[in-house]
Amino acid sequence: MPELIKSSKVKTITRVNDFIIKFANVNGSGSASANKLFAKSVFRMGIPVSPNNIFPSNIQGLPTWYEVRISDAGYLGRREGIDFMVAMNEQTIKSDIDLVVPGGYVLYDSSKALTADLIRDDVQYLGIPLKDICLREFDHPAQRHLFKNIVYVGALSAFLDMDFRILTSMVGEQFRGKEKLILPNIHALELGHQYAKENFSCPLDLRLKAGNKTKNKILIDGNTAIGLGCVYGGATIAAWYPITPSTSAVDSFGKYCKRLRIDPGTGKKKYAIIQAEDELAAIGIAIGAGWNGARAFTATSGPGISLMQEFLGLAYFAEVPVVLFNIQRVGPSTGMPTRTQQGDLLACAYASHGDTKHVLLFPSSPTECFEFAARAFDIADRLQSPVIVMSDLELGMNEQICDPLNWDDKHEYDRGKVLNAAQLEEIGKFGRYLDVDGDGISYRTYPGTHPDLGSYFTRGSSHNPYAAYTEDGDVYADMMDQLTLKLQTALRYIPEPEISGDGKNKLGLMYFGSTSLAIQEVLDSLNKKGIKLDTLRVRAFPFHPAVGEFLDHHELTYVIEQNRDAQLKSLLKIECNARHEKMHSILSYNGVLVSAQRIEQEILNSMQSLEDSGEIPA
Amino acid sequence: MSYIGKPKFQHPQLETNELGLTRRDYEGSFTTLCAGCGHDSISAAIIQATAEMSLEPHRVAKISGIGCSSKIPAYFLSKSHSFNSVHGRMPSVATGANLANKELHYLGISGDGDSASIGLGQFCHIVRRRINMLYIIANNGTYGLTKGQLSATADLGSRTKSGDESRFDNIDMATLAIELGASFVARSFSGDKKQLIPLIQAGLTHKGFAFIDIVSPCVTFNNTDASTQGYKNTWENYVALSEIDFVPMREEITTSYDAGKEKEITLHDGSVIRLHKTGNNYDPYDKENALHHISQHKRQGKIATGLLYINQSTSDYHELQDTVDKPFNTLTHHDLCPGSDVLADINNTFR
Repeated sequence: MPELIKSSKVKTITRVNDFIIKFANVNGSGSASANKLFAKSVFRMGIPVSPNNIFPSNIQGLPTWYEVRISDAGYLGRREGIDFMVAMNEQTIKSDIDLVVPGGYVLYDSSKALTADLIRDDVQYLGIPLKDICLREFDHPAQRHLFKNIVYVGALSAFLDMDFRILTSMVGEQFRGKEKLILPNIHALELGHQYAKENFSCPLDLRLKAGNKTKNKILIDGNTAIGLGCVYGGATIAAWYPITPSTSAVDSFGKYCKRLRIDPGTGKKKYAIIQAEDELAAIGIAIGAGWNGARAFTATSGPGISLMQEFLGLAYFAEVPVVLFNIQRVGPSTGMPTRTQQGDLLACAYASHGDTKHVLLFPSSPTECFEFAARAFDIADRLQSPVIVMSDLELGMNEQICDPLNWDDKHEYDRGKVLNAAQLEEIGKFGRYLDVDGDGISYRTYPGTHPDLGSYFTRGSSHNPYAAYTEDGDVYADMMDQLTLKLQTALRYIPEPEISGDGKNKLGLMYFGSTSLAIQEVLDSLNKKGIKLDTLRVRAFPFHPAVGEFLDHHELTYVIEQNRDAQLKSLLKIECNARHEKMHSILSYNGVLVSAQRIEQEILNSMQSLEDSGEIPA
Repeated sequence: MSYIGKPKFQHPQLETNELGLTRRDYEGSFTTLCAGCGHDSISAAIIQATAEMSLEPHRVAKISGIGCSSKIPAYFLSKSHSFNSVHGRMPSVATGANLANKELHYLGISGDGDSASIGLGQFCHIVRRRINMLYIIANNGTYGLTKGQLSATADLGSRTKSGDESRFDNIDMATLAIELGASFVARSFSGDKKQLIPLIQAGLTHKGFAFIDIVSPCVTFNNTDASTQGYKNTWENYVALSEIDFVPMREEITTSYDAGKEKEITLHDGSVIRLHKTGNNYDPYDKENALHHISQHKRQGKIATGLLYINQSTSDYHELQDTVDKPFNTLTHHDLCPGSDVLADINNTFR
């Protein structure tokens, strides 16, 4: 038996349902499904959990981490400090162990003794001879390798007092249809559990206790929800080019279409997914389909957004509906493809040359990813313009606890102003860009509608209300003004901001998208210090008037965003005429979700300096 | 004349087709191209071809990129919807349009700059995807709108009006189309209406990706004696591999078929392409032979024209993907939305 490192002097952390456990693995080693098994089991125990995958842009062999926050209070954002490290990667073990807070735990493979430099005297080591156990118990080389992951999950179940039946039932669900795999997996879980029980005092002071806080919640990632939202929103065509982190959104659409979009009578498909040659073609296909009356979308990330600019300008100017999902990652250029950022706001709000402006939607949870994905098609059809749903890697690729996805069966698709043959005959003269209703939205026709009426020439060149080419500058200017009016009309159709607080506070907090995860924790913590803030969550661009009013109303608003250049703040200055000194940026752009502690500290620091300068009395 | 609208007046005795439409119903607005431009002959050929075959104008969607060639959809079929998109990207827009409604005829119009340079990637991939459409390139070897730069289809050694000589090998779009799996590939000349019209008719009728590379001289920038794509050189070196007739499905075939001198190709809707052999006994079903003829003629400074290659056994994109019979753009909320009960079950899989 390998030597166990006894650090009896260590005063270990004593906490229930409130800690962070991090798994340090090698990518491609099969750890992902084991780690997911762990996180979902915590969820099923009724304890709020928030897993976060930090992975390399690589297929096999590089370090990858899976950080799981467990919080009875329901704080699902990132928190600094690791309480429990499952140190499975020899490449990073030194720095991984260094991250553990004093009094924390390190689970490691004790088949090989730890070298002296890895020994700290303020953490508790939990050695499990994973390799030796697997060599002894399994014959197949792949199993010997993969089951190390399952064995440590088994050990964790003993250490943390997890409900072992939940783990075994999940294994049964995971391998339904592959029954041969169920027993060896359960055996591996038992081996880890048993070893931990026999060699350590279980459970630890850091442990779990079943609760009921995840009742009526689901655990799902944003991209899966987007794919489903596209199915529910009536998309029939997805055109895309593979790019991390957007790929899984299209994969999800495909997976659910296979199940939900097959014609029962003929077995034929009510959808088409086309893997284009590049992002230029991907959005071109979606625009061609939108022009011809089908609901179509593309999904991409930073570099793809850059490539799609020209087509976005065409769709804006020629007034063609198209839905684009931008699962943002770290830029510029290739940046950090597997890290998160909110860095494409300016690139998307005004995408393409000339005067352009696009509708952006900012979901902040998988529930909203579903809702906004479906709704984006209605908005695009109604406005005859691109709609860009701005998610990011954090929201797109990590599972989150959220409300169940919701669909109202009374809701029918809004296909916008489309004339059929009878209507064309009724109105007599048709002008594709004629603003009949005075809302900046004109009527369109699909190709093939009527033998004599309603055809028009769609073009990216300057056109008059009858879609004829024009170089008359005044006509051009009128048409541009009509587009401005249309974007004002858009406010009727896009989601309003979400505002909290009594409105009596001097300080405001503005945020959007994935940083929402951190906000409740920030507010609760500040509240304990007697500091109250009103909050506004931006859900769409162009901004609703309430956004500008919120800025006007507060002496200072903290604007939280995950990019270097304060892009939301820039948009607020441009669009809401907001004064620079009324906004204080809290920026984070290191590729991981900003922690509540960091936001809180920045607010406290800023308040202190305001107090010192006498600008805002305490 | 382009600033004057075209009068609606038409002669009462103008001939009508099976739909009761005259040629005027297939026209568009006045051309804005240079007098003598090959592209105007292509527009005229499209008008005659579609009128003769009694195609319903509104069941055609015209899609183009950017350039002189891409302007021409304005000059024919004004009752059809048209989409003049962005430079080099007509194939993707046409792909999307075709996915949305498979029941229309799709006519893609592009040029050599649009398809062989900026849009070469999109051209290759629409061929591979087998979109059911007719894709026409009005090929003049030059960039007209930007005043006469050489394009990627300009033959090695060809010279433009400004004296610029092409020092690179040209991209042969017909060869490329055949190699990438196009199932109907032809080459023609804007000046040869007799050949071009039946090719357009056959291309529009063919099910699958049909491509016609049309030499269409630029009178302003690339029509000198030293430019291989000018009128003079094309007339002198033009070789028809076979003469072609197109007999639409509805028309009774009255002339007799002589197997020794003719080849009959029946298209999927019953229309017939009749190829009159011109001595070399050309077989358009043979891919390698087609490629051989193209390069052999090119080596001799000749341009091989006519129906170069046809393959009727391939499936189009919709067949390959097994899409429903109804066009996607007619599917409603009830066809597409699974409803809240199904969503409740899906939610349960995430608990």
